[in-house]
Amino acid sequence: MKITDASMTRFGRFGGRFVPETLMQPLKELAEAYGRLKEDAGFMEELTSLLTDYAGRPTPLYLARALSRELGRKVYLKREDLVHGGAHKLNNVLGQALVAKAMGKTRLIAETGAGQHGVASAMVGANLGLETEVYMGEVDIERQKMNVYRMELLGAKVIPVRSGSKTLKDAINEAMRDWAGSYETTHYLMGTVAGPHPYPLMVRELQSVIGTEAREQILVAEGRLPDSIAACVGGGSNAMGIFSGFLKDDVKLVAVEAGGRGITSGRKIADHGACLNFGEEGVLHGAMTKILQDPYGQILESYSLAAGLDYPGVGPELAHLAEVGRVTPAVADDETALLGLRRLSVLEGIIPALESSHAVGYALRNPDALGEVSIINLSGRGDKDLATVMEHEGRVGR
Amino acid sequence: MRLAEAFRRRPLLIAYICAGDPSPEATVGIAELLARAGADVVELGLPHSDPIADGPVIQAAAQRAIDAGMNTDLYFEVASTIRANVPLVFMGYYNMVYQRGLDRFACDCGASGITGLIVPDLPPEEAGSLRAACRRADLDLISLVAPNTPAERIPYIAESSSGFLYLVARAGVTGARSEVLQSTKALIERVDTELPKAVGFGISTPEQAAEVIRAGADGAIVGSACVDLISRSDLVGLEELIRGMKAAIGEARPIEAAARI
Repeated sequence: MKITDASMTRFGRFGGRFVPETLMQPLKELAEAYGRLKEDAGFMEELTSLLTDYAGRPTPLYLARALSRELGRKVYLKREDLVHGGAHKLNNVLGQALVAKAMGKTRLIAETGAGQHGVASAMVGANLGLETEVYMGEVDIERQKMNVYRMELLGAKVIPVRSGSKTLKDAINEAMRDWAGSYETTHYLMGTVAGPHPYPLMVRELQSVIGTEAREQILVAEGRLPDSIAACVGGGSNAMGIFSGFLKDDVKLVAVEAGGRGITSGRKIADHGACLNFGEEGVLHGAMTKILQDPYGQILESYSLAAGLDYPGVGPELAHLAEVGRVTPAVADDETALLGLRRLSVLEGIIPALESSHAVGYALRNPDALGEVSIINLSGRGDKDLATVMEHEGRVGR
Repeated sequence: MRLAEAFRRRPLLIAYICAGDPSPEATVGIAELLARAGADVVELGLPHSDPIADGPVIQAAAQRAIDAGMNTDLYFEVASTIRANVPLVFMGYYNMVYQRGLDRFACDCGASGITGLIVPDLPPEEAGSLRAACRRADLDLISLVAPNTPAERIPYIAESSSGFLYLVARAGVTGARSEVLQSTKALIERVDTELPKAVGFGISTPEQAAEVIRAGADGAIVGSACVDLISRSDLVGLEELIRGMKAAIGEARPIEAAARI
């Protein structure tokens, strides 16, 4: 894991700590503890052991032969869908939960949209013996009943969020409010590279195992680095995880955002989740970043068929990397994602998560943007999305 | 009126309301009612879609206000319409200020009679640009101290504050609580500053207001209790609450002209 100065809170103009004073001390304590622990051999050994034996790392870098044939170029898939729980989320959760334990915290709180981060938190809470409570918007609870049941089965408590839009952004608000009153015993386990410092840095570093592995694997397989890497971006944790291994290389990094049902916006709702592409600078959840907002600064609700990309903000480091031109923002809409899901299922026998399907669909529609050798970060598996896809098909009358 | 002038006679009562709840027009009358009933400062909240420092009562008010069409343009119209001989203070989240442009926001405050700003999600580390804009427009920017703020950080926060220093009575978010904590009193005691100290978060009754004044605070801030009464259209109750609080803090410590501001 890369060592970074824990006192640094910014990525260019983005990032920072825009939080109530009550949260300043807990954030500083977290940054200090994390900064110390990541240099601690015993801690890293425990994390590595859990990543190996519990999460199932390393994940394969798989040459997708049929997809490659179809696109006329070599496409590899980084198989984060094979991580325990079915998504890359566990990498971050294991690291943060160990930090929480080392800090003497007895309770974890987490936010979740689709439920993947909530499920990963519940799994680790059970595994490490930490009480776990997950904030989830009432609308999402209705959409993701199976994941709610999974969390409960794992011993976690799911707390319905009824404020605002009753989705992910409000679940984050509620978790931050809880933490402001409970930080003495509780760790807030944020699921993505958003939020106030140190979260964007810490979550990226904990997810950087994806990029570290992928870099070694592609060098073994190809004897060279890829021309491009594509990853879907909601908050951006899987993208930053894989990109971080290639930032200094001549590798095109494509951040595929949710185009939803179009790039239009209503008064309170945007029809997409594409902050790097169409967002504007502003503060959400404690960080200066690119967000979806109205001209006065009210946050818009986002939209994507993929709940994990349905977020009106994006990690501040991605906002910075896009601004300086190191990351190329791209968009895949709902239909492109569904194309990705169907084609990968049929071609490779892999059903990707709707989130990851955005990156696959983008590759299918824009093969020339990939170069000769590329990697798609397959951040999760699609089992959780089958009900959504079936419902969508019914609605469009197929 | 400037905050410094208001704090010449202390202790004082600061009342918060959410602009636009139940409607922009109603807010003007409610603010004037607060001043008539004895509030020495009126905090006028600009509703935000994502108020992370606020509890359920103020969250709901913000949502109602936004639904009623409240926005930053209307906010300044409302502020400039209020006729009350007390300082008006802006309270709102940084993104709303940032989107308007810091200098434009400060200018609009000045033009509409607002003399101070409280931005609860803007710690001093991030407040440099807004502080400069406030200085250019001759406005106070009020900083907050929390119960878990380390001793060595308090002078840094106080230095960045003007008008008064906002002491957050307890961890967590805004909203009524049943008692005043020992830690609140300890906070009032350990914050050593030349600025007036006003205590908010969880103060909802005359007794609680009196308690923080007795503990040495120069002002008591009431928010959620006002917003709650407004949400039930109980303006008679609101007037009673303010009168009761004002009387209680006056009894807790006789109002005096401060020797030094």
